[in-house]
Amino acid sequence: MDKMPAWADAVLVPLISILLAAILSALVILAIGESPTEALWLMIDGALMRSSGWGYTLYYATNFIFTGLAVSVAFHARMFNIGGEGQAMIGGLGVALACLFIPWPHWSLALLGATGAAALFGAAWAWLPAYLQAKRGSHIVITTIMFNFIAAAVLNYMLVNVLRPKGAMDPATAKFPEATHLPTFQDMFSTAENVIFRGSPANITFFIALLACVAVWVLIWRTRLGYEIRAFGHSETGALYAGISPVKITVVAMLISGGLAGLMALNTTMGEAERLVLNATEGAGFIGIAVALMGRSHPVGVLLAALLFGFLYQGGAELALWTNIPRELITVIQALVILFTGALDNMVRKPLESIFLSLRSKGA
Amino acid sequence: MTDTPAIELKGISKAFGPVQANKDISIRVMPGTIHGIIGENGAGKSTLMSILYGFYKADDGEIWIHGRKTEIPDSQAAISAGIGMVFQHFKLVQNFSVLENVILGAEDGGLLQPSLSKARGVLKHLAEEYELQVDPEALIEELSVGHQQRVEILKALYREADILILDEPTGVLTPAEADHLFRILEGLREQGKTIILITHKLREIMEITDTVSVMRRGQMTATVKTAETNPEQLAELMVGRKVLLQVDKVPATPGKPILEIENLRHVDDQGVERLKGISLDIRAGEIVGIAGVSGNGQTELLQVLGGYCHATGDIRVNGTPIDLTGKESDGRSRRARGIAHVPEDRHHEGLILPYTAWENTVFGYHRDAQSGSGFLMDNAAIKAEAAAKMERFDVRPPNPNLAAKNFSGGNQQKIVLAREIEQNPDVLLIGQPTRGVDIGAIEFIHQQIVALRDAGKAILLVSVELDEIFSLSDRIAVMFDGQIMGERLPSETDQTELGLLMAGMTNGQEKAHG
Repeated sequence: MDKMPAWADAVLVPLISILLAAILSALVILAIGESPTEALWLMIDGALMRSSGWGYTLYYATNFIFTGLAVSVAFHARMFNIGGEGQAMIGGLGVALACLFIPWPHWSLALLGATGAAALFGAAWAWLPAYLQAKRGSHIVITTIMFNFIAAAVLNYMLVNVLRPKGAMDPATAKFPEATHLPTFQDMFSTAENVIFRGSPANITFFIALLACVAVWVLIWRTRLGYEIRAFGHSETGALYAGISPVKITVVAMLISGGLAGLMALNTTMGEAERLVLNATEGAGFIGIAVALMGRSHPVGVLLAALLFGFLYQGGAELALWTNIPRELITVIQALVILFTGALDNMVRKPLESIFLSLRSKGA
Repeated sequence: MTDTPAIELKGISKAFGPVQANKDISIRVMPGTIHGIIGENGAGKSTLMSILYGFYKADDGEIWIHGRKTEIPDSQAAISAGIGMVFQHFKLVQNFSVLENVILGAEDGGLLQPSLSKARGVLKHLAEEYELQVDPEALIEELSVGHQQRVEILKALYREADILILDEPTGVLTPAEADHLFRILEGLREQGKTIILITHKLREIMEITDTVSVMRRGQMTATVKTAETNPEQLAELMVGRKVLLQVDKVPATPGKPILEIENLRHVDDQGVERLKGISLDIRAGEIVGIAGVSGNGQTELLQVLGGYCHATGDIRVNGTPIDLTGKESDGRSRRARGIAHVPEDRHHEGLILPYTAWENTVFGYHRDAQSGSGFLMDNAAIKAEAAAKMERFDVRPPNPNLAAKNFSGGNQQKIVLAREIEQNPDVLLIGQPTRGVDIGAIEFIHQQIVALRDAGKAILLVSVELDEIFSLSDRIAVMFDGQIMGERLPSETDQTELGLLMAGMTNGQEKAHG
C-alpha cells in the first residue's frame, strides 16, 4: 500500500515546499524593510509579463533542464552526480573547439556538430569518476566534485594559455564565426511589425532541451537499458541475479548523465555568448540537483522545476535592478527554495504522509 | 501452580493505518508453562509480542502480569515487569565478550569491574542450573549461532526475567542445537518460568508446548491444549481450510544427468573459501535437495550456478560445459543455457520491489525477444502476458500494475516462480522456496515444483527447512562448511542422521563419496 496518492507526491509536496520557502523569503525581505508583495510583483512582472522577460526565464530554464536531466538519469541508477558543473564546463570546451576549428557551412549543421561535441566532452569528463566507482569503489560524490575543480582549472588553462586570441585581455576564446550563430527566439518568432523576445538570450537550444526530455523519458521507461538502469538503482544484488552488469550500468548511466550536462554548453556558449568564457556555467550544474530532486527525476517534473528556477533567476535579476534588495539576499532567496524543495523534502513529506494515512484509515 | 495467569492479555487491538494487525486478542498464559503462538506470516504474532515488550502501544486492551494490570510503554518497563525477549535476529555486540554483552544496559555503576564479577557469578550459577554453558570470556563473533542464542537467553535471565518470549528461535539452528534449546526450555519450565514460543513450525509446537494459540489475520482463532490437538487441525486453524501437509507425488523416474557439477570451488571477496570442491549430479526428472544449516555454502552454490560470481571447477548442462570465469559467466548467459533460478532472497534478488508485477515478470529475461525488439521493450505485450501468467499461478490480486512490494510473501514468490517455470528451463535452481510464505501458498508452490519434475526437468532445491527437504526431495545431499558431507535417499535416512551430517559429523566412510 502506498502511503499517499501519486498526485500528492508529485504536486502537493513541491507546492507546499515552495510556499514555505516563499513565506520565509517574505520574512527576510520584511526584515530589511522592503515590501514582499511588491518584490513578488516585480519578479512576476520582470520574468513573466513581457516576452523579453520570458526570453530570459526560458534561457535559464534551458540550462536547468539539461543539468536536471543529467542528475535524474544518474539518480535512477542510484548515483549522485554532483559533477554536472564540471561536465558542462568541459562540454563548453567541446562546443568551442567544434565551432572555432570546423568551417561549418550553416548554423544547423554547426548545431548538430556542436551537440555531438558537447555531449562527447561532457560524457568523457564523467567517464573517469564512473570507471573509478565501478571498478575501484571510489565514491562518485567525492570524485565528481573533485572533477569540478579540475575542470575549472583545465578551462582556465585552456582559455588563458591556448585559446585566447593574441592581444585579448580577458580569458575567453575568440568570437565564434557567423555561420555558427544560432537563431534566437527574437529571430524565430518576431515579425516585421511585432518584435518579440527583444534582446533576450533564449534560443533554439530550448527545443533541443525539450527533445532531451522526451529522449530521457523514452530511455528510462521504454528501453531495455532504462529498465536495467532502474533495476540496478533499486537493487544491486537484483541486478546480479538478472545478469545485469553493475560495471556496465554504472559507466553507461554516468556517460549519459555527463553527456546531458555537457549539452548545457550549447545554450550558454553557442546560443548566448557565442564564445567560450570562464564560468559560463554559473552554478547551473548544482541547480540541476535541486531541479532533479524537485522534479522526482521525471522529465516532466524536471521541465516544470527548471521553469520555476528560471523564473527565480530572472525575477531575482529584476529585483536587483529595481529595488534596494541587495544581490546577496536574492541568492539567499534562491537558496531557500533549493533548501526546501531539495534538502528538506522529507520535512514536508513525512507529516503529509501521516495526514493521508489517518484520512484513509478514517475512510476505511 | 496457582490460578493467576503469568500473563493475561485482554482485548488487545492494534492498527497500522488501514491494516488491522491485532484485533481484540485475549490470551491467558499460566505460570510454569510453555505456550506456543502459531500463525502464518503477517498473522500478527510479532506485533502482539512487540506490544507485550513495549515496542508498540496497543490502540485498545489491557495487559495483566501476575494478576496486576501493567502499562508497558517501553522495553525498560517490560524488563522490570519480568519479561525477557529473545529475538529472531540476535541483538548482540559482535566484538564484546559474553560477559560484556550480558551486563550491557544493566551495569550497576560507573565502574565496570564490580558488575562484571557479579555477572560472572550469576552466569556460573545459571549455567549449572539450566544447561546454559557458555564461556563468559569468549567473544560473540567466535561463538556458534546456537551459543549466541544461549547468550540472549542468559541476558534475559540475568535481568531476572520470569517470562521469556522466543521469536522463531530454531530458524537458525541445526536439529541437534534445536533439541538442546528445547531441553533448556524444559529446564526453565521446571523452575517455574513462563515461556512464550512464537513459531510457524507445527512440529515444534507439538513437541514442546503445553498450550497453543493460533492466530490468523490478526485474530486469535483458537487456544487449545497441545495434548488434545494434532498438526492437521492446527494447520486448518491457521489457514482457515483443510491443508495437505504431505506433498502428493509419485516416485521419481530419473533420466540422464542434466546438471553435472565437478569439484566446484569458490572464494568470496573476503578471501574465504566458501565452496570447497562440490561434486553433484542432477538427473532429468528428479529433485535433489541440499540440506544444511544456513551459512554453510548453500547460498554461494546457488550464486555460482546462477552466474553472480566466478568459480573454478566444471559445470556441464546437457553435457556442454558452462563458462565460470569469462564473459559468459553472468545470469543472462545462464538463462540462455536453460538454467532458471528462483533465488533465496526474493526481496533483493528475485524481484525489484518498486517495479510493477508485469515489469517483474520479465526480470532477467528483459533482453530476450519475448520482451521487445531492438532497444525498446514491448510493455503492452509484457503486460498482457503477465496478466495471463498471474492467472495461471493464482497470484492474488491478479493485477499486473501493482508494485511487487504490495503483494504478500506467498504471492511474490508465485510471481518469481511463474516467471522462471514458464521459461520451460532444463534446470531449475530454487532456494528457500517457502521462506516467509503462508501455508496455503506452500502447498501450491510444492505442487508446481513437483509438476516441473514430472515434466522431466532437473531441480536443485536448497532449503533450511528439513521438513521441506524431506517431503520434496528424491535425493538429499547435506552441506557443511562448503562441502557435501554425504548423499542419502529420503526413504533410507532420518532427521537424526541428517542432523549429524549437518553438524559436520560423518561415520568415517562418507568422506570419499563427496
